[in-house]
This record gives sequence, structure tokens and C-alpha cells, in this order.
Amino acid sequence: MTAAACDVRFLDAGETALVVEFGTRVDPSINALVLALDRDLSDRELEGIIETVPTYRSLMVHYNPFLIARGDLVRQVEELLATSSGEPVVGRNWEIPCCYDGQHGEDLDDIARTLGIGREDAIAHHAGATFRVYMCGFAPGFTYLGGLPEALHISRRESPRPPHAAGAVLVGGGLATIASFAMPTGWYVIGQTPERLYAPERQDAFLLSPGDTVRFRRIGVDEFDVLEAQAATAAVISRTFP
Amino acid sequence: MTQNGRPQLVVLNAGPGVTLQDEGRRGLLRYGVTTAGPMDPLAFATANWIAGNPVGSTAVEVSQGGIDLACEGGEVGIAFAGGHFQITLDEEPMPPSGYVTLRPGSRLSIRAGESGGWCYLAPCVQLDVEPVLNSLSTHVRSGIGGLNGKALAAGDRIGIATSHAPAASMAKVKTPWLLPTASPIRVVLGPQDDYFAADEIAKFLDGPWKIGARGDRMAYFLEGPVLTHVKGYNIVSDGIAMGAIQIPGNGQPIVLMADRQPTGGYPKIATIIGSDIGRFAQARAGESVHFTSVHIDEAVAIRRRVMDVFSSPPRLDPIIRRNFPARLLLSSNLVDGYFPA
Repeated sequence: MTAAACDVRFLDAGETALVVEFGTRVDPSINALVLALDRDLSDRELEGIIETVPTYRSLMVHYNPFLIARGDLVRQVEELLATSSGEPVVGRNWEIPCCYDGQHGEDLDDIARTLGIGREDAIAHHAGATFRVYMCGFAPGFTYLGGLPEALHISRRESPRPPHAAGAVLVGGGLATIASFAMPTGWYVIGQTPERLYAPERQDAFLLSPGDTVRFRRIGVDEFDVLEAQAATAAVISRTFP
Repeated sequence: MTQNGRPQLVVLNAGPGVTLQDEGRRGLLRYGVTTAGPMDPLAFATANWIAGNPVGSTAVEVSQGGIDLACEGGEVGIAFAGGHFQITLDEEPMPPSGYVTLRPGSRLSIRAGESGGWCYLAPCVQLDVEPVLNSLSTHVRSGIGGLNGKALAAGDRIGIATSHAPAASMAKVKTPWLLPTASPIRVVLGPQDDYFAADEIAKFLDGPWKIGARGDRMAYFLEGPVLTHVKGYNIVSDGIAMGAIQIPGNGQPIVLMADRQPTGGYPKIATIIGSDIGRFAQARAGESVHFTSVHIDEAVAIRRRVMDVFSSPPRLDPIIRRNFPARLLLSSNLVDGYFPA
């Protein structure tokens, strides 16, 4: 899909933020347009842009209206959309360890029962999929992933479950996430990664960026403990591949 | 007790919610990191302006919980501005906006006063505090910034790297732009005003809205007429600006403030303009507010007028001090007695 093919809307969030909205759905082709504009706008290095926030379906541009007027910003974005190569953002490809066993995959039985599939099938679907980072948000390093196989589409809980551990790998409502912090959730815990998506003392404090792809490598409980100890020393334990 | 012979600020007492804030953590919303920064950016800018500090310098944001502050190892100039708080230097009352020189043995006390929720203390110094992700702003929920990611508490010591000469020993400054007014809070409609019918938007603007009891640095909750959506209340998450007014399923607005999460999934009917967000933030629980909508061009023009006050230096009217407490006149070696180490 090109930007021209969908109805781009410019919405104001006050006088210092502009929302460039590509759609209202969760859709990989819409998200690809968001990320492409994010990249193109960043490449242009316009004075007055404070920061941009890509989401599933829109790009929020925080700006200083004394340095770039709203009208000029809109014109610049329109020009970028009209002339964009349409090349999707090429992120890094990650292989992130994930343990599905025991308490690490606390809600796996619930997931399997609700979806009417076997526990091992649920793991195979999850570990066999390639996910794409749609956006981060909510909390530092909290990452929303698209690409969850249909077999794992499960409605969110009616009411939140008690807090899960940091590093919980979650599914819910057709999406997947990796939670960087312990918190209550309406999603289901399918596994847990010993990786730290946010480590302030690490040179790259944030592991993932929108546009990256993620595959999960199944690990056992013993390997989880070993990797978790490594991650605690600010080492990155996930791998990137071409 | 001081490090490297440099002065330190010492927190003698602090109520809940008193934090260090600079202009906020920028550039990391895309990684889920909250901006934080001051609840009342205008009062924060005013305090730094009086202090003669660079724009966005770190200040102590004082909640209605109040704070008692002392210093050791040297004097520290401190400018203050915000709501109408009760400010005293060794029991001598100070105006709501001004400047004092805090000396070892003195005590600067800030308490909730006639009105307002936030007061800013801008020391004329560069603090010796390690930034986290390029900012000193405290975000307590994620444990980032300030002193160890926490609100200030009794016993905390804030190191000072460099200080510049105080402009005067004690002075008041007229800051009429911080006075409370009954005029409506101005908003720009959107980004999701199309989720509401015209009469619902009129209902939203008319209010009146009462500030709910459970507000904090993340959000204020408003109580008033129940608003209904025309297209439901679940949207696919998008970005959230400061002052965004989201309407959840119960039809009662939530105004997202400095510690808001970067993205969220309720329709946002309007956004409070930058020049009025501080005035709104100063409203206390139980107080009443109403809104009026302005065009975005007008919002920018208002912003320009407001920021114009900072283009000339502050006029400092000296205050003559009357009370000299014995402990100040004696020697500073009594200071440690404040506070068992």
C-alpha cells in the first residue's frame, strides 16, 4: 500500500503535536507507512521537530511551533509522502530466547484450553512465527509485536490477572508483547525471556526499535537461569541475524 | 558532611510527591519512556528565569505536601514561583514569587497556601546529580531520574556542582501571569473530536468540571456531565500529548499530565494549550474548571505572548530581612544538629 492509497489525516494534539494518521486499524501495511514516514522525516532533519512517536497506525510529531509552523510541517510531510520511495524500514532481525516451561509459561494451559489446541502446538506456533515490532509504549522498553499466528488469537481477559514477572512474553487480542516491567495485565503469559528490553546501564538501553523483527528461540529452565544471570551484567543475550 | 567542600542542599522534611524536574526527558517516547518534566511548565520557567538559570534547569517541584530545605558548606541562591504557597525563610514570610539566599543554619519552608498545587524552587546552581537517559527529571513509576528514581525524602542530600552569584540577597518578583483566574482553560479540539457529536462537544466545553480526588502527576480526573461517544471508546493506541483530554467508557474525562504514558487507546476530545496547562495543573481536587476552544493559530499566538515575559530580565524588588534566628547568628556548626546523620 502507498500513502496515497490510504486516507492520510492530519490531526492536532494541541499546538505542539501533530498526528499523521494513516488508518484506524492494526495492519502491517499501515504500520509500514508510519515507520517509513518516521524515517523520512528524521532524515530530513527539520528544525523545530522535537521528537516523533510511531504507533500502530499514526505518527505523532512533537514540534516547537515557534520554529516550524503547523502549516509548514504539514506541507513537508505531504511532500515526503508524495515523493517517498515507499521502501519499508529495514530493522534488525532478532532471535530472543524464550522459556515456555513451568512458571515461565504460566498461562499456557489456559491459552491451550481456551483455543482448543495442545500446549506443545501453542508453543510451536509462537516459536515458529516471525514477529514485527509495531511500536513501543506504555513503559520503557515495552514492545508491541505484530505477526501472531491466527491459531494464537485469544481475546483479552475480562479482568486483569495478577502481575507477571518482567520479561513476560504475552499474547492477547491478536497481538503479542514483551513486557519490560512486572505489571497486572489483561493479556496471557505464554512464556518469559531472560533478556532485558530496557537496561539503563547498558550502552544500548533499549534493545528493540519499531521496524525490527523478532523470532523466539525456545530455551529450557536451566538455560533461562544461565542467560538471566548474564543479562543481569548488562550483556545482550539475544542475537541478530541477517 | 559536604563533598569536595562544595555546598549541598539538605532535605529536612518532604511531603509526598516532591521531585526533581528539569524540562523533561526528550527523544525517548518512541521507546516507551515518559517525558516527565514540570506539571506547571510556566511556573517552572518563571522560577528559572528569576534564578537567572539556563532554560530548563533542574528545579525542585514541591507538591502540596511541602518541603523544608537547608544547605551546608556554603550559601545557595534559590528562586521560587508557582501556586500561592506559604513560603518562609526562618519563619519570615515570603511572597509567592521571588528569590532568597539560603545560608547554612537557615531553613526554607514551603507549605500549601491559599491556592495552587505546585511550587518550583530553582537553585542558582548546576546540581551534581547523575542524569538518567539524558535528564534529571524524576519519573517515580518507572524509577528513573532524580535521586535514585524516587521522590525527595527527609535526609536526602542534593550535591551542587557549580553555582552562580545570587542577584540579590532576598527579593520579590511580580509575576501576574501566575495569578489564579476564573477564566476558562483553553483547549484545541482533537485529535479525536470526531468521536463526539456536536452537542457532546458543547457539553464538554460547558462543564463545569470538578477536579477529582485521585489525580497525580500522571493524570487528573474530571467529574461532571457524562459524555457519550458516537464511534465507541476503544481506539487503536496512538500518541498522547501533555494536556490531552481522553474520554473513557464512563464518559468522565481524564486529563493526561507530565507523567503520562507515551501512547494510549481512548479517544481524546481536546488538548489543553501549552500556555494554560500550568494553570490547570495548579487546580486542586474539588475545584471547578471549564473549557473554551481556540483555533490552533490563536493557541500559538497566546504562547508567543506568554513567553514574551521572559525576553527581559526579572525586576527584583529587594526584601529587607527582619528575623534573624539565633541559630543563624551563632555558627554553622549547629547545622548538623538539625539532622542526626
